[in-house]
Amino acid sequence: MSEGLVTVSYIASTILFILSLGGLSNPETSRRGNHYGIAGMAIAIIATILGPKVTSIVPVVMAMLIGGSAGIIAAKRVQMTQMPELVALMHSLVGLAAVLIGYTSYLDSSMQFEGVEKTIHEVEIYIGIFIGAVTFSGSVIAFGKLSARISGKPLLLPGRHLINLGGLLAVIWFCNLFLNVESGGVGMLLLFMMTGLALAFGVHMVMAIGGADMPVVVSMLNSYSGWAASATGFMLSNDLLIVTGALVGSSGAILSYIMCRAMNRNFFSVIAGGFGTAGGTTVASEGPQGEVQPVSAEDTAELLRNSSKVIIVPGYGMAVAQAQHTVFEITKLLRERGVDVHFAIHPVAGRMPGHMNVLLAEAKVPYDIVAEMDEINHEFPNTDVAMVIGANDIVNPAAQDDPGSPIAGMPVLEVWKAKTSIVMKRSMASGYAGVDNPLFYKENNRMLFGDAKKMLDEVLTALRSG
Amino acid sequence: MRIGIPKETFAGEKRVATTPDVAAKLIKLGYTVAIEQGAGSAADLTDEAYQAVGVEILGDAASVWSTSDIVLKVRGPAADAANDEVASLREGGALISFLWPAQNQALLEGLAARKATVLAMDSVPRISRAQKADALSSMANIAGYRAIIEAAQNFGRFFTGQVTAAGKVPPAKVFIIGAGVAGLAAIGAANGLGAIVRATDTRPEVGDQIKSLGAEFVPVEYQEEGTGVGGYAKVMSEGYLRAQAEMIAKQCKEVDVVVTTALIPGKPAPRLITAEMVASMQPGSVIVDLAAEQGGNCEFTVPGQVVERHGVRIVGYTDLPSRMARQSSQLYATNLLRLLEEMTPGKDGEMVVNMDDEMIRGATVIKEGAITWPPPPPTLSAAPKAAPKAAATPVAPAKPLISPALKSLLVLGVGGLALAWLGSVAPPAFMAHLMVFVLACFVGYMVIWNVTPALHTPLMSVTNAISSIIAIGAILQISSPGALMTLLGSAALILTTVNMAGGFWVTQRMLRMFRRSE
Repeated sequence: MSEGLVTVSYIASTILFILSLGGLSNPETSRRGNHYGIAGMAIAIIATILGPKVTSIVPVVMAMLIGGSAGIIAAKRVQMTQMPELVALMHSLVGLAAVLIGYTSYLDSSMQFEGVEKTIHEVEIYIGIFIGAVTFSGSVIAFGKLSARISGKPLLLPGRHLINLGGLLAVIWFCNLFLNVESGGVGMLLLFMMTGLALAFGVHMVMAIGGADMPVVVSMLNSYSGWAASATGFMLSNDLLIVTGALVGSSGAILSYIMCRAMNRNFFSVIAGGFGTAGGTTVASEGPQGEVQPVSAEDTAELLRNSSKVIIVPGYGMAVAQAQHTVFEITKLLRERGVDVHFAIHPVAGRMPGHMNVLLAEAKVPYDIVAEMDEINHEFPNTDVAMVIGANDIVNPAAQDDPGSPIAGMPVLEVWKAKTSIVMKRSMASGYAGVDNPLFYKENNRMLFGDAKKMLDEVLTALRSG
Repeated sequence: MRIGIPKETFAGEKRVATTPDVAAKLIKLGYTVAIEQGAGSAADLTDEAYQAVGVEILGDAASVWSTSDIVLKVRGPAADAANDEVASLREGGALISFLWPAQNQALLEGLAARKATVLAMDSVPRISRAQKADALSSMANIAGYRAIIEAAQNFGRFFTGQVTAAGKVPPAKVFIIGAGVAGLAAIGAANGLGAIVRATDTRPEVGDQIKSLGAEFVPVEYQEEGTGVGGYAKVMSEGYLRAQAEMIAKQCKEVDVVVTTALIPGKPAPRLITAEMVASMQPGSVIVDLAAEQGGNCEFTVPGQVVERHGVRIVGYTDLPSRMARQSSQLYATNLLRLLEEMTPGKDGEMVVNMDDEMIRGATVIKEGAITWPPPPPTLSAAPKAAPKAAATPVAPAKPLISPALKSLLVLGVGGLALAWLGSVAPPAFMAHLMVFVLACFVGYMVIWNVTPALHTPLMSVTNAISSIIAIGAILQISSPGALMTLLGSAALILTTVNMAGGFWVTQRMLRMFRRSE
């Protein structure tokens, strides 16, 4: 295969990748979109292997067989509630691969440059490895936090902003040294030192971020893995990598932006970390404004049975309790009885963008009754029962009413406007943001205490018998 | 225990305290049920229908009263010489009906003398849990609907506007005073008939509810909060009343139909529509006064009758729910059933009057001969409002050092300079790549905004799979000379293919799950 044909194949796969992302605009076309992505990837790889630059095919095939089967096994086994972990883990692989490719590229003696070109190439290698390493270590920590191997609490070192700034200055200084060294050995050493700094930087950054901010982190790492691919493309002068990396990078960046907007927070303040540790306590000390009214599973069933419109607001608690299937059974039963049931999804519900949608889809909830916050928020006043399952901050009226609240200004689902709201919760502990929730004390709110799965099972039994 | 339902004896009362559907559920709760022959006939419910679900039919009222442990009624028991239902109640028996204990002290004492246990459906507390037994609301709902039907009956024009071959018909304008349950039901019914609906209420917070039903909210232009304890309206100040009267007078001149539902618990109905206001209305207009029984909101109202004054018909019916006996019997019977369900925890046909239950405590006016009315005030809705917070002084937003416009200009300027510098030093090959990169970022930006938020997780996993395109780099490097290069390249390739295969596979798995409802 000639260079020209390879380039044409690359153009084809670029277009397929764009179509693939375009297909996700609608669940109807999304499966086709994924097939476009697979086709694009296949064309790119086959064209590269058959191209003039590749001489040894056996190790390539071997490596792809090993990696491919491992990937498929992991993808088959993973549970839908573990998706955020899996995605974080996969980001780390891209990051690590980018680091390895960067080192290989530095060692590659077949590529010789002079003057400015050499400098640019070396800067590209340097940046590629840096982004790759940050992605890798950040994703590993994110994986640890999401799978609860590491505490979800933000770790706040004293003077953490200074540490980050110092690290960044050091990285730039090393870069300057790296560009001016003569021997490959010293250059390699500098690269190693920079990689170490980058790894520490990634760890430190994600450690400082609290559990509720995970959707931002996951989409930010998604973005980084794209930029890492792009940087690798610059390094290897390969337009396909540049384009694809840029697509992925902007995708992740937009997702991060959407998540930040959903929390009414600045991207940098999320990344700087430490949310919910300052400020939150002072507000909580103002104290609860009344008594909560607990409700039994039977009464909940009764309320649901007697309503004509119900909105269910799922949160991370539903994912933790694996309650989505029971939720669907209840939904099905109510819909058969003519109750209008909808789901309201807050953009940051769960631990990654779209997390709740995937869980509900897994439980066979049809996507046309699952609505986004902006679509459904005005419908709460006409709703008989709003049922909140394992969510807290995203239904907190303080975000609208209390300008002193740490989550003031965050868009929230206005469940308190429904005739009755029922909040399912394990206890009265406050949410990730550490903010007290006045919703619980509202006159039209009832608390259904207990494990979401267990309580929903009881509600389902009561509904069936009634 | 045995539940008995006698025929209502109040003149013109067509409702009945249970329907065959509900009786079947009472039997399921463990009770035996008996009714007086023909008790449901005025509500179009035949004895056969009752019999079919296992209800016993008794020949006369006396045998119902004497054999029943619990008597269910709509109206409170009659206590006159000709028909003394109070005396018919078994000693120690139970009675559930409307009672209005505040207005019927003598009746209360008479029942207490029978050592009875009595629950008044009008005293069911207004708490969310008790909504299902709130017969006042279900009756008010029917009254509101029927008020519009009566108005239409007495109104000589269409409610809805029409353009016909014979000319244009303007829509009727309906004004509803008081947006409680009845008022809201009237709004819904009038709106359904196609009228232009306006409504007012002393409680500003019901404005949203009025709007949600498609009516226009006409507030009183005066600063005073009108919400009393328990969600009912309260008596307002003089200044407010004057502003309100002005507003109503203005509306009366404009509208064709007025429905008044203004009631204040335990007080005579406020006189809202004066003789002058009636005189100012168009001839042929209609006023329906739902407060007729409590004295009426209109000066001319005659309870139970339709009268014509200044060419305006004033409907003062006090039996609107009874005029829809089938519907109101069904709703009332269901309210009774919900209350009895609460009082039959064992589902064994044994009624337990649990005075710790707020709902039952509120409804119980006599327990085993002891008058327990009035109940303690409801604890929930009476929760004192949080003391007004020290007025949150809005912190003046710190003025930014530079204006946003200047800031973006600066950013653009710096970015442009940096690019210009890069262009002057970098080789053309790099600039070509940079152009591709920037364009790709914009394409990505355009495409991603179209992705539906529901698919954000699949988007992440598919972009993640696509980002393993750096496998291309690894494949190229494997062929580079040197064992170390091959090794590093292979390692990178394994990592990326894990990602590639896993990413696409799991995306497919997720996307397969998204389905429409059949």
